[in-house]
Amino acid sequence: MAMTQQELVDMLSSLTLFADLTRPQLEQVAHKMTEESFPVGQRILRQGFTGTGFYVILDGEVAVKIDGEERARLAKGDFFGEMSILLGEPPVADIVTTRQLHVLHLGGPELEGFLRDHPQVMYRMLKAIALRLRNASRWRS
Amino acid sequence: MAELSERPFPVGDYPVVVVGSGPGGLQTSYFLKRLGIEHALISADPQPGGMFRRFPFFQRLLSWTKPYAPVPRDDRWYQWYDWNSLLADEAKARAIMPTLMDGTSSFPSRPEMEANLVAFVERAGLRVRYDCRWEATRRDGDRFVLSTTDGEYRCQVAIFAVGIAEPFKPDTPGFDLAAHYADTRPAETYAGKRLFIVGKENSGFELATGLLQWAQRIVLASPRPAKLSVNTHSLLGVRARYVQPFEDQNLGGGVFILNASIDRIERTSSGGFRVFCVRSEDGVELNVEADEVIAATGFQCPLRDLPDLGVAVFGRSNLPAMTNYYESATVPGIYFAGTIGQGVSGMKKYGLPANSGAVHGARYNARTMVYHVAATHFGIELPRPEVKADALIDLLLTEATRAPELWNQKSYLARAFSLDAGSGIRDEGITPLAQFVDEEGPAAVAIAVETDDTGDIHPAVYVREAGRPAVETLLASNALHDFRSVENRAQLSSLLSGATAGAVR
Repeated sequence: MAMTQQELVDMLSSLTLFADLTRPQLEQVAHKMTEESFPVGQRILRQGFTGTGFYVILDGEVAVKIDGEERARLAKGDFFGEMSILLGEPPVADIVTTRQLHVLHLGGPELEGFLRDHPQVMYRMLKAIALRLRNASRWRS
Repeated sequence: MAELSERPFPVGDYPVVVVGSGPGGLQTSYFLKRLGIEHALISADPQPGGMFRRFPFFQRLLSWTKPYAPVPRDDRWYQWYDWNSLLADEAKARAIMPTLMDGTSSFPSRPEMEANLVAFVERAGLRVRYDCRWEATRRDGDRFVLSTTDGEYRCQVAIFAVGIAEPFKPDTPGFDLAAHYADTRPAETYAGKRLFIVGKENSGFELATGLLQWAQRIVLASPRPAKLSVNTHSLLGVRARYVQPFEDQNLGGGVFILNASIDRIERTSSGGFRVFCVRSEDGVELNVEADEVIAATGFQCPLRDLPDLGVAVFGRSNLPAMTNYYESATVPGIYFAGTIGQGVSGMKKYGLPANSGAVHGARYNARTMVYHVAATHFGIELPRPEVKADALIDLLLTEATRAPELWNQKSYLARAFSLDAGSGIRDEGITPLAQFVDEEGPAAVAIAVETDDTGDIHPAVYVREAGRPAVETLLASNALHDFRSVENRAQLSSLLSGATAGAVR
């Protein structure tokens, strides 16, 4: 979907990850990250590949697959790619589009600086990762 | 009437219609013609060149052509040194750009580039129906119908190479008062003026650089800090030619580069402008007075009514959502060429984009797209020459060392060889890397050139076993970029020992 700058900033303000940012900060995020689109069936992250990025879903849906087995679905407002960048390791899962995908993208090398510049986003990300960890623990028990 | 009757491609039904006579449209038409695919090439312009008939504003390109290279100009490898010539199989239509340059710079002037494209049309024998503007599009059964100023064209496949050519300004209050980059006047008319340029990408810095000796003061502003290409190790960011304003700022020379969002622009009673900014770093408001405000805020795709036809678009540039072969992701049979191809991200490793927005990337994308159109819509299969097993490693490493497709489109285009047990090792040519690593197919290997976050340039090999995802292996770099080392040969040999065994009869 094509959006004006104002519409994009409005959408970002509605996403949990960016909920604590001021409007100028949201505009900076909109400039810093690039909008990208992927057709159905394409892998965005590839298990074992280097040089991955960080993605925030604006529209569409992806499947999380490990060794070909689907483990989860992600949709609007969800994000992915941060784990392998933070750990400096290739992704342990494939992310495959299941519906036409519209995302915001940030190159891997830029993520650390981005999070340091926006500690509110880092905190929201930390909470989301903690939730994932808790849910994964429940799933295993 | 005689002149009118000489115009090629009268309205009617064609297998393919290509719209646009910039580099993308011309390159697409060339490869369609080489494959014998009948098509009409139409353009709203009176002559070839597209955006290069007018831009860049200060008349010097950002893409190099090096007349004196270590390889002959008619050699395929020379394309790495010549980013501006279109591709051709015939020697007379190849490497035209260096023959037209006056020796003052390795970056051609805009008129030289325009002449390069005019010469390509003549030497490649292309025909274009000029002054024929595409105005609307609809479906009629299995045909697309393109309404133009000359009448209706019907086709099975429509290819739009209309550039990212429509000036774009944000919907922030007051931007309607600002001029756009596209409306920039002759430099001397800015003498003594206080300029406020919105945007810190190349077009903003092109203006700032070109107006340094004329303006009294120049302020450049956008929310995020400017990137420099010398730091990103790619063409992403402000190019080296435009860094002078940074030095002027650092020395306090009347240039100010701000990280700030624009809240609104208002007229002042004296006829000037007041730009209300909010600094990104601390949220502090800052009001700047200026005599001129120029929005260097980019361009959009002029896709007209294609979204109404179902073509999904995204982003500030209104790019179509596309497959790896530049086909609309939502309306099969509609394709795109030229700078629009930058909507296909590919692998984008370490955040580095491909060069699809420039001629030296788009020319290969056009060829890849045409070959795909030929195979999928017209049943034309390209030759897949057999390769001897003992030549494969040499071929792969030579491609990584010299292939212009791999160097111009790093992590984006790859040279692929299938390793099918039934048909031996086959040369599959240049392929989109994202397509190769994601599609299920026979055993195969592909090689690409990649840059990592440290700026290291190295080959990457992707080996695919039949029906399984490709596995990535990075090979060693080399100080002089010659990857044909003993170490890399040994690693490739090990990687391919199992994969090629089945393909060697």
